[in-house]
Amino acid sequence: MSERIREKLNILADAAKYDVSCSSSGGTRKNDNKGLGDSHASGICHTYTEDGRCVSLLKILLTNHCIFDCAYCVSRKSNDIERAAFSVEEVVSLTMNFYRRNYIEGLFLSSGIFKNADFTMERLLRVVKKLRLEERFNGYIHLKTIPGASDDLIREAGMYADRMSINLEMPTEQGLKLLAPDKSHNDVIKPLGMVQNHIIQFKEERKLIKKVPKFVPAGQSTQMVIGATPETDKEIMHTADTFYKNFSLKRVYYSGYIPISNDNRLPILGTQPPLIRENRLYQTDWLMRFYGFNVNELLNDANPHLDIDIDPKLSWALRNLQHFPVDINVAPYQLILRIPGIGLGSAKKIVEARKFGKLRIDQLKKIGVAYNRARHFIKCADTPYQLKDYQGTQIKSFILAESKSKYLKNDFNQISLF
Amino acid sequence: MVIYRIDGSLEGILCAVFEWFERKPGKIKLIDKKNYQPDAFSDTLEIFNDTKKADRVWKGLQKKLDKIWLRRCYCCFLSEQNEALNNLFEFICYVFSSPEGSTSNYGNTYVLAVAKMARKVEREKHRMEAFIRFQHSADGIFYCGIEPDFNVLPLILNHFQKRYADQRWIIYDLKRHYGLYYNLDLVEEIRMEISEERNLNKPSANRDSEKESLYSILWKDYFKSTNITSRKNTKLHLQHVPKRYWKYLTEKQLGS
Ligand code: SF4
Repeated sequence: MSERIREKLNILADAAKYDVSCSSSGGTRKNDNKGLGDSHASGICHTYTEDGRCVSLLKILLTNHCIFDCAYCVSRKSNDIERAAFSVEEVVSLTMNFYRRNYIEGLFLSSGIFKNADFTMERLLRVVKKLRLEERFNGYIHLKTIPGASDDLIREAGMYADRMSINLEMPTEQGLKLLAPDKSHNDVIKPLGMVQNHIIQFKEERKLIKKVPKFVPAGQSTQMVIGATPETDKEIMHTADTFYKNFSLKRVYYSGYIPISNDNRLPILGTQPPLIRENRLYQTDWLMRFYGFNVNELLNDANPHLDIDIDPKLSWALRNLQHFPVDINVAPYQLILRIPGIGLGSAKKIVEARKFGKLRIDQLKKIGVAYNRARHFIKCADTPYQLKDYQGTQIKSFILAESKSKYLKNDFNQISLF
Repeated sequence: MVIYRIDGSLEGILCAVFEWFERKPGKIKLIDKKNYQPDAFSDTLEIFNDTKKADRVWKGLQKKLDKIWLRRCYCCFLSEQNEALNNLFEFICYVFSSPEGSTSNYGNTYVLAVAKMARKVEREKHRMEAFIRFQHSADGIFYCGIEPDFNVLPLILNHFQKRYADQRWIIYDLKRHYGLYYNLDLVEEIRMEISEERNLNKPSANRDSEKESLYSILWKDYFKSTNITSRKNTKLHLQHVPKRYWKYLTEKQLGS
């Protein structure tokens, strides 16, 4: 008995690991039924895999049987691998027992499509219902929507899940068509739109009647596989931007493609996943969501690719030296945010602290500004007088010479595929 | 310079602040009794705890500081670091002698020091919330022993009480020799015999429940299968899970 469950867990956790979404944040579910669990907005990473990714949820597939054959997916029909399927009870008891031991924040449940979309979605629904209603579980639940499932099932699942997601898989329609001819972005757009409408509708109703249940309180997210198809960074981030705007997504995840097959449409086995590129995309995503950058400022026809050797904020600054130097002691917050070497935290502190007098270099350092980087772009109370105007390329080389960028050493990871 | 000898409690620090404002003898240094060694060159003043004085200072602070800063002060105190206690003392004195809003003066050494220390303590608190691994015992209690760098049990109590409302649990600080026990109703402070303490966290067949070893194995399996070898990044891994915590992490125990 225990051997079989170990086997299933190994197969179905292994197959689910390529989904990068792991966040357990954004859901608040109070433990007011004397049950198990309590989720708060920030979420907790309970451990980290040896590749450095956080583990906060039990991330598994209900089954890796699938009737489809998407080339980028380990569970695809034509792949010769071991198959397994959990029963509803097994998923529930794994979740409860892991949670009781403080291993996890909750469950991330996804599935290959067996029989058809509704049959699969109905199973997923049974798991979450059992957890919430029978086990009084208040931990986090992220449910993968099965493309093509009926509105009713999706709607009901949304009453019990904290977050729902459905993956775009490839950044563009052409990319997707190439690797998964049966799928289209519309399969994703439809349920995303559906869920979003329900979110809005439930919110409205809750304003009037307090008893209306929460619907997908932590919102929706999606994922794109990067580097399997030849899209530019510009195409990727513009797609992300559109989806953020149209479906008010909480997150878009970018997953560097890890070769899993010898399919000649895809990078060959053994190709390193594009880790730096993935990292740069996340940085760009942050700049869009938290730093007030418009996607066009970072990626446009003149600059369709992110720099590999420097981060996107620095490269924007170097392309836009006309905005600098920024005077730390008078500039508006929004502008301070755009200075390389100054993060959200230090920008806030600067704006607070300068009310008490003009800030000097040593104070900026203490506040947490990466001064060696920032100094090329700022003026403060005791900035030394500078005769020379440096060019962007010169500043870049100063900064690169100083920073022992952890990525530079790993440069071999970044192989140009096309 | 005068040395103020305190008993290491928060009350002691607050009383020291009271004394200082009574006397204003210039520069002082706080020393916890535990770490005190007589020093021929400075005078020592013994600070006796007086709840009334401490209360007055705390009430005064509550007027001057918002919730966030009061919590930072408390965290700084829980760090148990001598330097942090001194910074806390100076910070409180600074707050009392400055106008409203002085806490956003991040140019001030003590404001910064208290904020920094508090952040460290909060990080440890957060790590404990993440890294505690309960083991289920045959008598139905979920238990765990920890050795945090700072005294964070008072900070994590709430979190675990809310989260594990339907199971009995014990979290025990092996370094400071006290723990929390939740009995399905409320949390009480407990102390164990040294021999009992030593057994915490060691898996043992006669104490653990029947299913305990199965779930710890399943968790180890899960930890292994969720790793992606081609993305291995040991440096990043260690940054997130410093080695000193490994002995408490089920997934880091050898064998299955
Ligand atoms: S439908 Fe989903 S599980 Fe099935 S092959 Fe495609 S991506 Fe994989």
